[in-house]
Amino acid sequence: MIEGLAALYIFLLAGFTGFEIISRVPVILHTPLMSGSNFVHGIVLVGAMIALGIAETTSQQVIGFVAVLLAAGNAVGGYVVTERMLEMFKTTGKPGSGSDKQGAHK
Amino acid sequence: MELIIQISYLLAAVLFILGLKQMSSPVTARRGIHWAGAGMVVATLVTFAAEEITGNEQAATNVMLIIIAIGLGGGYAWYTGKRVAMTDMPQMIAMYNGMGGGAAAAIAAVELLKAQAAVQAGRASSIHDYLGADVAVLAILGAIIGTIAFSGSIIAWAKLDGRLNSNKLLPQQQLINLVLAVVLIGLAIGVYLAGSLNLIIAFFVLALVLGVFITVPVGGADMPVIISLFNALTGLAVGFEGYVLGNAAMIIAGTVVGSAGTLLTHLMAKAMNRSVANVFFSGFGTGPAAAAAADVDGTQKEIQAQDAGIMMAYANQVIVVPGYGMAVAQAQHKIWELTQLLTEKGVKVKFAIHPVAGRMPGHMNVLLAEAGVPYDMIYDMEDINADFPNTTVTLVIGANDVVNPAAKKDPASPLYGMPTLNAEASQNVIVIKRGRGTGFSGVENSLFVADNTRMLFGDGQKVANELIQAVKEL
Repeated sequence: MIEGLAALYIFLLAGFTGFEIISRVPVILHTPLMSGSNFVHGIVLVGAMIALGIAETTSQQVIGFVAVLLAAGNAVGGYVVTERMLEMFKTTGKPGSGSDKQGAHK
Repeated sequence: MELIIQISYLLAAVLFILGLKQMSSPVTARRGIHWAGAGMVVATLVTFAAEEITGNEQAATNVMLIIIAIGLGGGYAWYTGKRVAMTDMPQMIAMYNGMGGGAAAAIAAVELLKAQAAVQAGRASSIHDYLGADVAVLAILGAIIGTIAFSGSIIAWAKLDGRLNSNKLLPQQQLINLVLAVVLIGLAIGVYLAGSLNLIIAFFVLALVLGVFITVPVGGADMPVIISLFNALTGLAVGFEGYVLGNAAMIIAGTVVGSAGTLLTHLMAKAMNRSVANVFFSGFGTGPAAAAAADVDGTQKEIQAQDAGIMMAYANQVIVVPGYGMAVAQAQHKIWELTQLLTEKGVKVKFAIHPVAGRMPGHMNVLLAEAGVPYDMIYDMEDINADFPNTTVTLVIGANDVVNPAAKKDPASPLYGMPTLNAEASQNVIVIKRGRGTGFSGVENSLFVADNTRMLFGDGQKVANELIQAVKEL
């Protein structure tokens, strides 16, 4: 378990890390980045699995089940849409791997 | 095994941070999401071996339930995520974010119910006695934040998806929200001190209602700020519940998202010339200022696609200013085709993106990228504003408020102070627009009646097609 002061250190350092990451991001990536950070808090899936794992009564199991259901949606959905968005970014000179799919649009 | 699990969580947290870091450049962004995804897979897999899950009597049932829930929730999200149109991305992010908030709240609910059962069985005197003061406080805080993010995100999704259009709920909504917030804090303290089942239920119900009430009055234009804020809040809730469960990966990832999201929210609000408090506590343009600034003198001068096409084909430089209207008309593919034709004719073409073009910062870039526009042709506002005077033609398509000169000149305008693109500084401006109406904010635009501006009325895709024909025929 992580307790007390140690947790406070982690909270603070993680907070600064998040701040640092965002402060250098060009506007063009804000939407994918919001989507990407949305995916990252899908780690709640791990907690939801534990919550369902420690459930003892039926009502706890039901709520735990809902937790895992929602968390899996967060993680998978967040990944899929972020990947789809980033797949499309490419430069003039070097077409990225998204270019083949774009051909179908035209 | 415990050590392997903890190291795996640490590895996942590092992959998340490095992944997010790589997402801060278009070149490495895609690798970034892959790294973060790998982190998620590692964390999820090792959790199946966690003592909390394997070490009790119902392990078999619960593991089965976990797999079913992941299959259902993940399957649904996979299906919807693969199908959603790029224009609908903001509301889809809101939806997935709401699910995360709901999950964090549900974790808190399980913890609180376990503690409540212990109190009822006489094994503890209160919830904080059972959980410990720090864990109880963070569990309850995470529950409030997660629940509000959950119901609020669903409302945000419904509004952006056009399923809910009302901005009004009750008279004196702000006052009611304040009272509800105070009652909610009272209930939270009650849950902490006592631990009756009814209190816990009332607590969650009220938090759900508050999330709805906070979000409903927020106008459509401010939605990205709200979504971003809920994203940050969900991160925070996940971090708090991570402490409750003693899970380092959740604490780190949740807090990183919490702080990154808060900064992102601030940046977005700043780009829109709104403070975050403003977004929550006032409707847009409802003050007397809106009416006062609505008068714009002059007439809009029309141009035909044929002439506009010729004008651009012989230009030195063309800057395209796309807005959400272009995406609605699905004209981005045609615009890219037009761009390629112009480039072949030796015209330098650039795309100028306002920070809030589209429905949230960066959304327009995604839409252009989908159409095949390379990102090195796309310029941010700060980088291109000085370039407008050297530009022969600025083509505004489906954008309005972001090129309104009143934001710079007219202190009475509700847009005043919002950074805008200097389209009016270019030699010629061509505005493609469906009709003569106002923009999202309902504010008149003096650019449309300027001497160097010509209006090209019609559906974006149709007009773009005509432009392509005009350029081809030359």
